[in-house]
Parts: sequence; structure tokens; C-alpha cells
Amino acid sequence: MVDATHGHDAHAAEFPDAELYHPRSWWTKYVFSQDAKVIAIQYASTALAIGFVALALSWVMRMQLAFPGFLEFVDANAYYQAITVHGMVMVIYLITALFLGGFGNYLIPLMLGARDMVFPYVNMLSYWTYLLAVLVLVASFFAPGGPTGAGWTLYPPQAILSNTPGQQAGIILMLVSLILFVIGFTMGGLNYIVTVLQARARGMTLMRMPLTIWGIFIATVMAMLAFPALFVACVMMLFDRLLGTSFFMPALVEMGEHLSYGGGSPILFQHLFWFFGHPEVYIVALPAFGIVSDLISTHARKNIFGYRMMVWALVIIGALSFVVWAHHMYVSGMNPWFGFFFATTTLIIAVPTAIKVYNWVLTLWRGDIHFTLPMLFALGFIVTFVNGGLTGLFLGNVVVDVPLSDTMFVVAHFHMVMGVAPILVIFGAIYHWYPKVTGRMLDQTLGLIHFWITFVGAYLIFFPMHYLGIMGVPRRYFESQDISFLPPSAHDLNVFITVCALIVGAAQMVFVFNLIWSIRHGKPAGGNPWRATTLEWQTPETPPAHGNFGRELPVVYRWAYDYSVPGAAEDFIPQNQPGGAPPHKEGSE
Amino acid sequence: MSDHALTTHTAPEGQPGLAGVVSDWSSDRTAFKTATWGKAMIWVFLLSDTFIFGCFLLAYMTARMSTTEPWPNPSEVFALEIFGVNMPLILIAIMTFVLISSSGTMAMAVNYAYRRDRVKTTVLMLLTALFGATFVGMQAFEWTKLISEGVRPWENHWGAPQFGAVFFMITGFHGTHVTIGVIFLLLMARKVWRGDFDTGKKGFFTSRKGRWEIVEITGLYWHFVDLVWVFIFAFFYLW
Repeated sequence: MVDATHGHDAHAAEFPDAELYHPRSWWTKYVFSQDAKVIAIQYASTALAIGFVALALSWVMRMQLAFPGFLEFVDANAYYQAITVHGMVMVIYLITALFLGGFGNYLIPLMLGARDMVFPYVNMLSYWTYLLAVLVLVASFFAPGGPTGAGWTLYPPQAILSNTPGQQAGIILMLVSLILFVIGFTMGGLNYIVTVLQARARGMTLMRMPLTIWGIFIATVMAMLAFPALFVACVMMLFDRLLGTSFFMPALVEMGEHLSYGGGSPILFQHLFWFFGHPEVYIVALPAFGIVSDLISTHARKNIFGYRMMVWALVIIGALSFVVWAHHMYVSGMNPWFGFFFATTTLIIAVPTAIKVYNWVLTLWRGDIHFTLPMLFALGFIVTFVNGGLTGLFLGNVVVDVPLSDTMFVVAHFHMVMGVAPILVIFGAIYHWYPKVTGRMLDQTLGLIHFWITFVGAYLIFFPMHYLGIMGVPRRYFESQDISFLPPSAHDLNVFITVCALIVGAAQMVFVFNLIWSIRHGKPAGGNPWRATTLEWQTPETPPAHGNFGRELPVVYRWAYDYSVPGAAEDFIPQNQPGGAPPHKEGSE
Repeated sequence: MSDHALTTHTAPEGQPGLAGVVSDWSSDRTAFKTATWGKAMIWVFLLSDTFIFGCFLLAYMTARMSTTEPWPNPSEVFALEIFGVNMPLILIAIMTFVLISSSGTMAMAVNYAYRRDRVKTTVLMLLTALFGATFVGMQAFEWTKLISEGVRPWENHWGAPQFGAVFFMITGFHGTHVTIGVIFLLLMARKVWRGDFDTGKKGFFTSRKGRWEIVEITGLYWHFVDLVWVFIFAFFYLW
């Protein structure tokens, strides 16, 4: 192992406040580690583990919808609890934590040419607070009454009324867990933002950063501004539940009894929640946008098309996503003029998003496409995202949204656009960076099985749901057999979807097996198996050692997309390679 | 693409105006040329915290406008009888004065920290902490008075129950910020006094060298907490 201390001194001269923490024991090296790479693996493992709980819960729901009564422990309450925890875990504890805590921690210092995050100690606290949040959430399964069944949006008043499952302890634990998550995320987010802004390598300008970093960076900025609303909403609802305040609770009669609540505004909660909730959609989408740009460029051996436009599209999407939140509330009873405003802003977001999709396609056009696993997942992402985006046009318009509200159409839409699409990118990214993290490739055959079952299966699950939704099958209903306007074929379709969901879920076990098996038995990868340009592939060791870059920090001489440069010796030029053949400029000779 | 330039960009230092901003942000390594990591961090944190207080205040305004019962008049609720004279908002006025004064002593502490004056910095930080503790003490008095008058988070006998809920939540959240600030000021004053920042003694948890700029970072947090109070004062007590 190269001693990083010497180079670190040179680094310290550049950044007076850079002092790398050196672990002295097994505990500080692998458990209470301040190294962003270890923290990233801790974040990712925890997120994947809790994600599998959410996957199992989705099986419970699908079994109930297709074969009611088959699982004897599933009654209406258990169904709502499964829905709630599935949704909350997938959106926040899995995807957000994995993209920002996992990929953010691993890739930001490595791709920017830094030794570590700027505040490693705070970074470590971020993970442990996140773990605590996850444990508090899991604890609600064992609390009296079980986890909350309020739906993942936790709308009051029903979230804290006594007939909602989990009203005793579940809702309290859920709110506390979310508050902890926000605190933990804030500590991580400070690191990601300041590292990107203030700790880049020499020569690494913002406009030379890989789009992965741009995506994670913009998403983190958004999260730092959106999570406060969730924090405030959770604190206020916690007071409503524990202290008997009436922030969100109007005067109510429950079971013939007047409750002591009165004068609160349930709509206020919806505003706060969606002021967080809509940016949250893009908090999980922007890192996916960024990562997929890099995957496509690397595996098509071609520079990304319209880099500057891609960056500005990310920034514009980030900014616009703060003024669209009430399109989730068309049927809430808010002022109809709001609906007009929010429909307009919502549809405007389609413009920068479409720019990104066109640029991905144009990057692929006449590229030297290698159908590697990351590329397959990236292509899967593009089509899935376009599909989900198109149904977004339906739901963004008030008049179309109102009849489709609370139907399976909505479920299909958001699963396509912010469920399946980002998850495909997560898989692609894991296949792409696993060789850097472990030094070994993931198994190709198992990966292909995983990809095709997941990709085709996701379509078989969610495409029929659009149809069910247009027929009027309501979402969140515990059973729909007895709804008189639904034909029996709707139920057959439900059975079909459930069978597909079980198969797709099982295919994820192949993925987990691959992850574990390949650590020891995978093909040795070498330092740069994909022949990629970005700095994380140029580290002296694989996996990168503490301090990332050995004695000398890299110096960046070019952008991240010098693939297939005419006249260059190789079909890629690493960002830290000086001089060499100057890029071909048209019309310069 | 112009970005292919094969040299490293390093911005010329200190260009004025918008051109300087553009050149700083298009340069390598750092976007804020004069800010250390710690200072950049506290600014980002304060921005995020602004959104938290913003959401609290907006929620309060919504609650106040949508509740069906009349809102109690803060001038009467927060009046004190002193020497037989009924003085509206007198305690709040004193609290506000104390907290604003503490911003002044904090600014002076930062000034002396730049001059590496250990004694004066320590004294001024302690004075700031004392003002902060006085503020929290008066807030505790305020809470006690209201509680003894029957104000609870869920009810009060003057009108809308949200009055008590908002009062305890927002002043409590702000008071927590002040308390954390006081604790931090005391810890840092001790370090200044011991000379940790002159010797670069390493922190217990972070193992980073102590630096004088921590005084300014503490100051930024403290001024922010003061500024938030001005908004709470205006929107909750004066409205």
C-alpha cells in the first residue's frame, strides 16, 4: 500500500484545512470509519437490506390483490401497513439513501480527485443517524399495533385517527424515523455540497465534472431545501399525535364522539409534504440522469452529446421542481386556479427533460455500442423513463388527472418513472462500479438473467396497471373483486401481474447471489475494465486505498468524455492525461 | 468544444463584480476562493435551516388564517404588570434587545479573533454566551408565566388553540437553537482561552487541527439565530 501521508502534505498546502484522518484500529477502519468509501458501502448495504424488506412487502400486497385470503395474516390493516412501509422505504430509505449516501459518498471524492469528503467525521455521523432511522422504522413492526398504515403520504387527519392501523406506536415511530433521516441526511448533504464546490482537484472545473457528479450535486442541493418541509411536517404531526395540538386536525366526529381536535388544516400538511415530495421525485431522478449519461457515453465509446445543455437541464429541472408540488393535490379541494398554475409549470418541466432524453439518444447514435450489463440497464432506463414521463403528461393536466386520481394508473405512472427507472440505473451503476469497489467483475450470465427478467418483468407488471387504472380499479383498495363495474378480466390481469411480480422479485435474489459470490469468485477486473476516462478509474490501487490517489493527487486536463478522439492512441483519454494529441477541431486546418 | 483546453484553469485572483463571480465559478478546485471548508459548510447549513424556520413560520401563518376561532392578541397576552403599570410586550422587547446586543458582542469577538487576541476574544464570547443564556432564561420565565395562566399546546382560554401550539413549537425550536449556540460558545471560548487555536491542537472527535476561523463560524451561526428571532418577533408578536 502506498503511503498517502506524503502526498497528503502537498494537498494540505493547497487546502490549508485538509487533514486526512488515519484510522488506527479495526473498529475505526471498518466500522466507525471516516473514509467515504467505507461509509458508502455501509450506506448501500443498509439501503439494499431495508429495500428487500420493502420488496417482500410488495409481494404481500400483490398476493392479497390476486389471491385474497391466501395469506391468512393479511387483513385490511396489514395490507395498508404493507403499502405504507413499502412506499416510504422504497422512496426514502432505499433510493434516496442509495443514490446520495451510497453513490454520492463513493463517487464524489473519487471522481473529483479528492482524498475524502471534507468533513469525514460528520460524514460518519450521517451514516449512523441514517442507520438509527432505519432501525426505528423497523422497530415499528414489533411495536404494539404494528407499523403505521396511513399510506406513504401519511395524510392527516386519518394518519393519527384511532381506526388507522399503527395509530398507537407505528405513526410515532415513522415520524421519528423520518426526522432522524432528515438530520442524518443533512450531515451527509453538507459534505457532498462542500466537497463538490470546494475540494476538486487541480484542473477540475465545474464544467469538467462528470455528469454523475452534477446529478448527485444538484439532487443534494434540492434535498437540503426540500427535506426541511418534511422535517417541519413531521414535527407538527408528531405534536398533533402526542400533545394533542391541532395543526393538521379539523374538528372531527369519530365513532359518534367529538374529538378534542379543532381548527387545523389538513391541506397545510399536504402542501408541506409535497413541497418535499415533489422535489424528492427529482432527488431520486437527477442522480439517475447523471449516472446514466456516464454509462451511455462510456459504453458507447462516444462523448456525451451536448454536455453543457445536459448540465443546464439538470439545474433547470432542479429549480422548476420546487414550483410544481401542488399537481399532487388537484383533488384536495384547493383553489382551482392553483391547478391551472401548477399544471403549466409541470408541463414546462417536460422541456429540459426531453432535452436530456434527446441527448442520450444522440449520444448513442452512431456510437460504438457495447451491450455490456451497464449499457443494457441504461437503455432499459431510457425507454422506461420515456414511458413513465408520457403518462406524466396525462396526470399533469387537471382535467385528465381528476378521473385518473387514486386509480392504478397513478400507481403505474410513478412506479415506471421513479420506481423502475431509477432502480434500473442503480443496477446498471452497481454493475459498472462493482469492479472498482471490489476489484472483480460481476458474473455476466447471472447479470443477463437478472437484467432480462427485471426489465421485461417490470413492463409486464406495470403496463397492465395503466389499463386497470383507466378501467377505474382504485389504488390502495384491499380487495377489488366485489366492485360491480369491474369485469372479471380485471381480476385475471391482477393475477397475471402478481405472478410477474413474484418472478421479478425472485430474480433479485440472483442479483444478491451475484453480488456476494463475485466478491471472491468474480473475474479479476484490473484498474479500468471499461476503459473509462473519469478519475475513479485512474487510482493506483483497485479497490482504492485510504486517501484514494496515493502520493500525488491527479491533475485534470480535460473533460470526462474524451472517447474515440480522432488521432488519439486509444479510444479513450483519461481526464488526468496531459498533452497528447490535441482534439480534432473542425475547420481549424 | 472549448472545454478541451489542455491547460489547467486557475482563475486570476480578485476580479471585481460579475466577471469575478463567473471566473471563480469557472475555475478549478474551489468555487468560493476565500471561503474555507468550514465556512462554506455553515453557509449551506444556514440556508437549509432557513427553510426549516421558513416552513415553521408559513405553517404558523396558515394556521392563524385558517383557524375558526379568534387569535389572541399578543400585546395583551405578553404584557407584564410592572410597578402597577401595564406594559405590553415589555419582556419580549427586553429579550429582543438582549439578543441583538449579543450579536454585537459576537461581532467584536470575531474581530478580536482575527487579531489573535485570546483574552478579549474569550471575554467577548463569554459575554455573548451570557446574553444568550439570559435570553433563554427570560424565555423560560415567559413559558412558565403562560403555562401558569393556563396556556397549553392544545388549548387556552383566549381563543384559537393553535396559538399555544405555535408559540411553544416556534419559540421552543428557536430557544433550542440559542441553547446549542450557548453551549458551543462556551466550548469554543474554553479552546480560545487555552490557546488551542494557536498551537493547532487536534479536536477530540474530528482529529482536525483547531483553527481561529471556528470563532467566525460560531459567529455566523449566532447571527443567524438572532436574525431568525427578528422574524419570529415581527410575525408572531407584532402581527
